[in-house]
Amino acid sequence: MRPILMKGHERPLTFLKYNRDGDLLFSCAKDHDPTVWFADNGERLGTYRGHNGAVWTCDISRDSARLITGSADQTAKLWDVRTGTPLFTFNFDSPTRSVDFSVGDKLAVITTDPFMGLPSAIHIKRIARDPEDQSGESVLTLKGPQGRINRAVWGPLNRTIVSGGEDSVIRVWDSETGKLLKESDKEESHKKTITSLTKAVDGSHLLSGSLDKSAKLWDSRTLKLVKTYVTERPVNAVAMSPLLEHIVLGGGQDASSVTTTDHRAGKFEAKFYDKSLTEEIGGVKGHFGPINALAFNPDGRSFSSGGEDGYVRLHHFDQDYFNIKI
Amino acid sequence: MADVMSMEDLNASAARLNVDLDSLDLDSIRLPAGETFGIISDDEDLKEEEDFEFEEGFGNIIVVDNLPVVPKEKFDKLEGVVRKIYSQIGVIKEDGLWMPTDPDTQKTLGYCFIEYNTPQEAELAKEKTHGYKLDRSHIFSVNMFDDIEKFLKVPEQWAPPESKPYTPGENLQKWLMDEKARDQFVIRAGTDTEVLWNDARQSKPELVYKRSYWTESFVQWSPLGTYLATVHRQGAAVWGGATTFNRLMRYQHSQVKLIDFSPGERFLVTYSSQEPSNPRDTHRVVINIFDVRSGKLMRDFKGSADEFAIGGTGGVSGVSWPVFRWGGGREDLYFARIGKNAVSVYETETFGLIDKKSIKVENVVDFSWSPTDSILALFVPELGGGNQPARVSLVQIPSKEELRQKNLFSVSDCKLYWQSNGEYLAVKVDRYTKTKKSTYTGFELFRIKERDIPIEVLELENKNDKIIAFAWEPKGHRFAVIHGDNPRPDVSFYSMRSGTNIGRVSKLATLKGKQANALFWSPGGRFIILAGLKGFNGQLEFYNVDELETMAQAEHFMATDVEWDPTGRYCVTAVTSVHEMENGFNVWSFNGKLLYRILKDHFFQFLWRPRPQSFLTAEKEEEIAKNLKKYSKKYEAEDQDVSMLLSEQDREKRKMLKEEWARWIGEWKRLHEEEKLERQKLRDGEASDEEEEYEAKEVEVEELLDVSEEVISFD
Repeated sequence: MRPILMKGHERPLTFLKYNRDGDLLFSCAKDHDPTVWFADNGERLGTYRGHNGAVWTCDISRDSARLITGSADQTAKLWDVRTGTPLFTFNFDSPTRSVDFSVGDKLAVITTDPFMGLPSAIHIKRIARDPEDQSGESVLTLKGPQGRINRAVWGPLNRTIVSGGEDSVIRVWDSETGKLLKESDKEESHKKTITSLTKAVDGSHLLSGSLDKSAKLWDSRTLKLVKTYVTERPVNAVAMSPLLEHIVLGGGQDASSVTTTDHRAGKFEAKFYDKSLTEEIGGVKGHFGPINALAFNPDGRSFSSGGEDGYVRLHHFDQDYFNIKI
Repeated sequence: MADVMSMEDLNASAARLNVDLDSLDLDSIRLPAGETFGIISDDEDLKEEEDFEFEEGFGNIIVVDNLPVVPKEKFDKLEGVVRKIYSQIGVIKEDGLWMPTDPDTQKTLGYCFIEYNTPQEAELAKEKTHGYKLDRSHIFSVNMFDDIEKFLKVPEQWAPPESKPYTPGENLQKWLMDEKARDQFVIRAGTDTEVLWNDARQSKPELVYKRSYWTESFVQWSPLGTYLATVHRQGAAVWGGATTFNRLMRYQHSQVKLIDFSPGERFLVTYSSQEPSNPRDTHRVVINIFDVRSGKLMRDFKGSADEFAIGGTGGVSGVSWPVFRWGGGREDLYFARIGKNAVSVYETETFGLIDKKSIKVENVVDFSWSPTDSILALFVPELGGGNQPARVSLVQIPSKEELRQKNLFSVSDCKLYWQSNGEYLAVKVDRYTKTKKSTYTGFELFRIKERDIPIEVLELENKNDKIIAFAWEPKGHRFAVIHGDNPRPDVSFYSMRSGTNIGRVSKLATLKGKQANALFWSPGGRFIILAGLKGFNGQLEFYNVDELETMAQAEHFMATDVEWDPTGRYCVTAVTSVHEMENGFNVWSFNGKLLYRILKDHFFQFLWRPRPQSFLTAEKEEEIAKNLKKYSKKYEAEDQDVSMLLSEQDREKRKMLKEEWARWIGEWKRLHEEEKLERQKLRDGEASDEEEEYEAKEVEVEELLDVSEEVISFD
């Protein structure tokens, strides 16, 4: 089906996330206003105003009541999804890069960039049920990895936190003690910056995308490498279909060199791979800049991509897609 | 060394120049390249020290022997003569000429010492005057003073050299005996150099040999594929062997930049050019010719770059490579280079000039050998503002007899194209129009093998078309031309025969508006690839010239190179590292089917291993062509087997992957199930895993809307 082009952001997209019901799509971009859209027809529902810098990331609580966003303005904010009012602001000393609610939405993990001599850090915050009781105290702060941490997500049962970033190593931390439990094997791990990390629906496995032109599938509990998907472009974004055994990789040539070459050279396609055979199934073209964000609707019947070009493209799959046999 | 300024001085001069030192970022200052402002860097200190050491030795002194023995009266005269000869070559040091005399007779001793300022000058003097004939009985014998030790060590008695027992070498042509008749190629990507089999049946290459840092700049196959040459700082080396690549021979030539094999791979030419110590001088060029098998230096040529730079432009520092072009077919009999107003032809028997003389040709600018015969084609441009016409002439070697000559008028440039069997020579002639403002192009076609070498003139239908590319069909009688204007030029095919008349050129076809700028004939002829490289983004058209039809159209985005394999069965298009993205190569069948695709970052080189000429006689080849069906049966069966095996393997592999995946999924499901309660606790008892909620139930509801009874009459 024809994709729905959603033009609401003025700057490159950075992150996309569906709520659990799959009726809302939240988008973050380098302009300062995270936006919520109807996931069905791409109509804009509203924006969340209050950030004063590029918004890098967001997450939605299970009941779709709370939104958390992380921004380059050195804050993370909690919002009321329905009214768009900011409920609380977490202040940091450096830009926040990723946020993730835990199972049960009582905790959130927030990563901050290395900035002005400060090293990058992973913070765990308690999220109060009533915003009145919310405090900015960190339950735990983890430090150690060199360079930026691009993404940190909760492991199964909130027992661990999995992080990946510029040092191209995936790490598993104990979320209680802050101890480093596991590191990805040097041989097997990515060779360049890990740009994205996403969990399967049941949290059992993780998919990481890297600038080394590959994506890797890991077991969340043991951090064993399960699969490797090789592509022709640096990978900026990854997503897993909740319905079929498919994954999507998005990326493209570095944004800084895009203008110097033909748009065909950039390969700004979202590429579909078979999850178990690691073979490419197909691609969805359309963006005229690298793809920075990808998200699957929880029903697995549509997905959206956000690009450096400032567009969100919402794709509802044709029936043919569900009949693919390879 | 510049004087070291103290901090006070620095501050003082800064104050004087009105410069605020605190606001100045010293690291940001970049001196223009080559400018030192009198500050000598540490590196150059080192270099100077080296030079200093040279001066300590006697590298700049030569010994000239076989001078006439003269009495005292004639001493000054002789000294004058010697000084005159040797000061032409370089600056003789003050008191640098010393001719000892016999203290008793006051006569000279027949030798002298000359000290130059630099060892380079001394070396040049040795090269230039060794063997110089002062008169019949006095032929100079010049040696470096430093060589004296070497001569002292010569044993008095001659001892026969020890002959080594013969050890049979490896079969260097083992690769030709591959059971599957595959071809090899070499690729260079990153620091790795790999030799691979092209296994088209399996749709993948198979590694033969891989080595990191095998070469320092590039690799090159010898023309018959026996050797792989690598280039290093100390010289060149060739590698080969039956199974792996062992080093067979080294050729010492420091700072070697370029290499070239003779067509029969008997000789290797190496080239280096050295930055002159004095920037006003030209580069110093050294060219060595080695015997490939023994590694013996057969002849060396030294001189300034200017001497080698005549004819053609470009290349390294003005020298057009190869400087020496090989002639006489595969026997490597002759090699030639172009000089000022002359073409020097050397023979490999003596490594000297034929008849000890160069062929004098005023203003010759270009020449080329016939690929099969010892015939030279020479081009002399127009002179005297058109008074003397331009000329193309064919010269037989070694007799130096002119076979044919053609004068051409108002010519701006000529290019010579030989057909690979040496049967035809095409001369592309760019002529001025009457206004002399623009040029148009025509062809002069020579039929070398016919009596008196008839020449035919061919002009394009549209005379103003620019020629973008020209290519002969290998071993054939056809040629292809891309002509017209970008972006959509036309491609025309011509034959040197017209129907039954084999003495006339005819046009076969013109393809209009093709996105092509390069032509690549299959080595077997018949098929050609019209390629649009660079500006055309890698458009490819596979064309059958026999049937005059397009077999396939394809694209290899950004392709920079097209290479046919030596048998003409496969073709490779490559994107080398001139582009940052897309590096790698595609392997196509001859009819344009993409077989496989390999991506490699920093991809530098792709070269098919050439094959030597077939040993089959022409009759045998014809017989095979006639009974192709019979011969191909065996291979078809093999193909079938391989494809069966492949699909079988593929199925197996898929099955394995699926099973393995199912195991993972099962494990994950189990763990997920185990953790279910705990998860519920985390969610404050919300009984809630997606799976359960999304369970779809089909419910059938029957609703009774209305009941009515009706009596239907029964008649």
